[in-house]
Amino acid sequence: MAILTMREALNQAMREEMQRDPNVFLLGEEVGHYQGAYKITSGLVQEFGDWRVRDTPIAEEMIAGVAVGAAWVGMRPIAEMMTFNFALLALDMMVNHAAKYRYMSGGQIRCPMVMRGPSGAAAQVAAQHSQSLESYFSHVPGLVVIMPSTPKDAKGLLKAAIRDDNPVVFMENEVLYNIKGEVPDEDYTIPIGLSEVKRTGHHVTIVAWSRMCYQSLLAADILAKEGIECEVVDPRTIRPLDEAPIFESVRKTNHCVIVEEAWPQASVGAYISDRVQRECFDDLDAPVMRVNAPDVPMPYSKVLEKLYVPQPEKIADTVRKVLA
Amino acid sequence: MPKKSSPPPSSGSASGASAPQSSSPAVPSTGAPALDRAEALRLYRQMLLIRRFEERAQQIYVEGKIGGFLHLYIGQEAIACGIMSLLHKDDYFIGAYRDHGYSLARGADPRPLMAELCGKSTGISRGKGGSMHFYDVPNGNFGGDGIVGGHIVVAAGMGYAIRLRGSEQCVVCFFGDGAINEGAFHEALNVASLWDLPVVFVVENNMYGMGTAVERASAVTSLHERGAAYGLIHLPCDGMDIFAVRDTFADAFARARKEKKPTFVEVKTYRYRGHSMSDPGKYRTKEEVEKWQEQDPIARLGVFLLDQKFAQPADLEAIDAEVNLEVDECIRFAEESPWPPAEYMYEDVYVKTPYINWRAVEKDPAWELSLPEDRVPVDFEPFKAPATVKG
Repeated sequence: MAILTMREALNQAMREEMQRDPNVFLLGEEVGHYQGAYKITSGLVQEFGDWRVRDTPIAEEMIAGVAVGAAWVGMRPIAEMMTFNFALLALDMMVNHAAKYRYMSGGQIRCPMVMRGPSGAAAQVAAQHSQSLESYFSHVPGLVVIMPSTPKDAKGLLKAAIRDDNPVVFMENEVLYNIKGEVPDEDYTIPIGLSEVKRTGHHVTIVAWSRMCYQSLLAADILAKEGIECEVVDPRTIRPLDEAPIFESVRKTNHCVIVEEAWPQASVGAYISDRVQRECFDDLDAPVMRVNAPDVPMPYSKVLEKLYVPQPEKIADTVRKVLA
Repeated sequence: MPKKSSPPPSSGSASGASAPQSSSPAVPSTGAPALDRAEALRLYRQMLLIRRFEERAQQIYVEGKIGGFLHLYIGQEAIACGIMSLLHKDDYFIGAYRDHGYSLARGADPRPLMAELCGKSTGISRGKGGSMHFYDVPNGNFGGDGIVGGHIVVAAGMGYAIRLRGSEQCVVCFFGDGAINEGAFHEALNVASLWDLPVVFVVENNMYGMGTAVERASAVTSLHERGAAYGLIHLPCDGMDIFAVRDTFADAFARARKEKKPTFVEVKTYRYRGHSMSDPGKYRTKEEVEKWQEQDPIARLGVFLLDQKFAQPADLEAIDAEVNLEVDECIRFAEESPWPPAEYMYEDVYVKTPYINWRAVEKDPAWELSLPEDRVPVDFEPFKAPATVKG
């Protein structure tokens, strides 16, 4: 197994799928000659040319719309959003077009597209560039939403997303682009909608995805020194949500903490909390607790930003509370 | 790096096709082939079918048999019929929610369309789309979009797919004058021109975006001129005259197929009815409506048929009688069709693929009942007018 960064793993996934299937193409702002704003698409335009790696004007609704239209007639586009903050300008395409036409046409249309790009807080880019908007997309029937936390998951899930015939929103995390991990050498996919237990333990279940899974594993290291064994479950796919491993874990540990980078109200964590309390009510020794960003926009100052993003110590504190 | 480059020869089925250069000369304006008797009669019948179909739909809407919105195309029939008469079988089109005329002009069986209006299981979208959402994908019909302007960028995507494949298809994108103030319109026209996409954009300027007159919504009232901002070939066209429509669009399609150049056409037209059934049309005068009705596109084609001796007045009456019978049959079909069963609610949300862990969703009917294959509209026995009508 090779050790790759998340960035390299994502790049490999797209390169391999474009080599495998001539219907796969990529479009977005700066994806080609600039090599990608975050260098995720580095080298692809040299290999596949301008038509399959299409630099676009700054027009997110068009980027998503071109992907939707091409997908409806049989192509497999990957639309890169420079960040998911800008995908708000393309929300109509995803909600009203990508997610709806199969249903409204009585099953005549399929939309095999991927919208991907970084999501979440980065490094002092302030309120408009630091958002975790997964609940916006996962609210919508017809969409698939994936948020990987490791290079291996990122590659396997992106390849599955490209091959899948449903519209997929694939939300990466800028801070994770440089983390390294083992990635299988052979061609592989990871099933969409398959949770993975990233660390086993018997005192408490932590449910966390994307960067928060990473932070939760760091919190688990801290707590292990105190004799608290955390089980960290990474859903990896937000919609469809593979709930069974979460419930199974909670039935074992009798405690549950949900960690997310997003705001607390109407969030994915709020939904998982509802599901856990409903399905595992008799198994819980304490209320489900949640760690979120504070219910305010992201501030710029690095001191405030660090306070804002859930840190391992804050997650550990919440675990101590739920076990108290 | 040149602004416009050819697709790689390896990127599609018709890979040998070389992309035309942007500097190649314009396709000369040749217009449409002259209408022979059979084609002129076919178009006359088709326009009349749209009109009678919608008049009856309006009637049964009032009776409560159709719900929701019902946007009628009456007055604008020459546009859909003229344009569709020039499309090839493998071309694509997409339009806005005033979409009955598009499907009928593309040759869809009118019975599942009426059933769709009534929300029945035999509807072309299985009763899940309604008036604004007629689709017939095997015939390139991506039908009706309910979000003003949204589908214009989608049409650009279809054009992009055609370029990648290197085929000679083209895309027609219909929208109303209300849509041209949406950002999607501008984003789409820009890239269609920038990338040479074979898309023909049609603004059906019926002078009102809902109740707001064009001059109260657009700084430029000669709408086609907006195409100039993006370097598109842009033209006005008389939408009440099917010959003008065919001539204008024959050239536009030739440009799209041969040169991969988009065209933006402003078709001037008028909807005789309100924006939808809830609109009494108080923002315009009776005189204005009547003035446009004097140019009625069906009547004008009728005059042509008589002048050319392609038909006698009695023949036109017989066509009308036959069309009325066909619409009767649509109503009967819709009324006798069953309501969709409850499980239809959960179907057609997702495609069941091997890349999804179905355990995750096994208790969720929206996933469980989604079918593995795309559905195609059901074929019904063709309608045959009783022999007595022609006599």
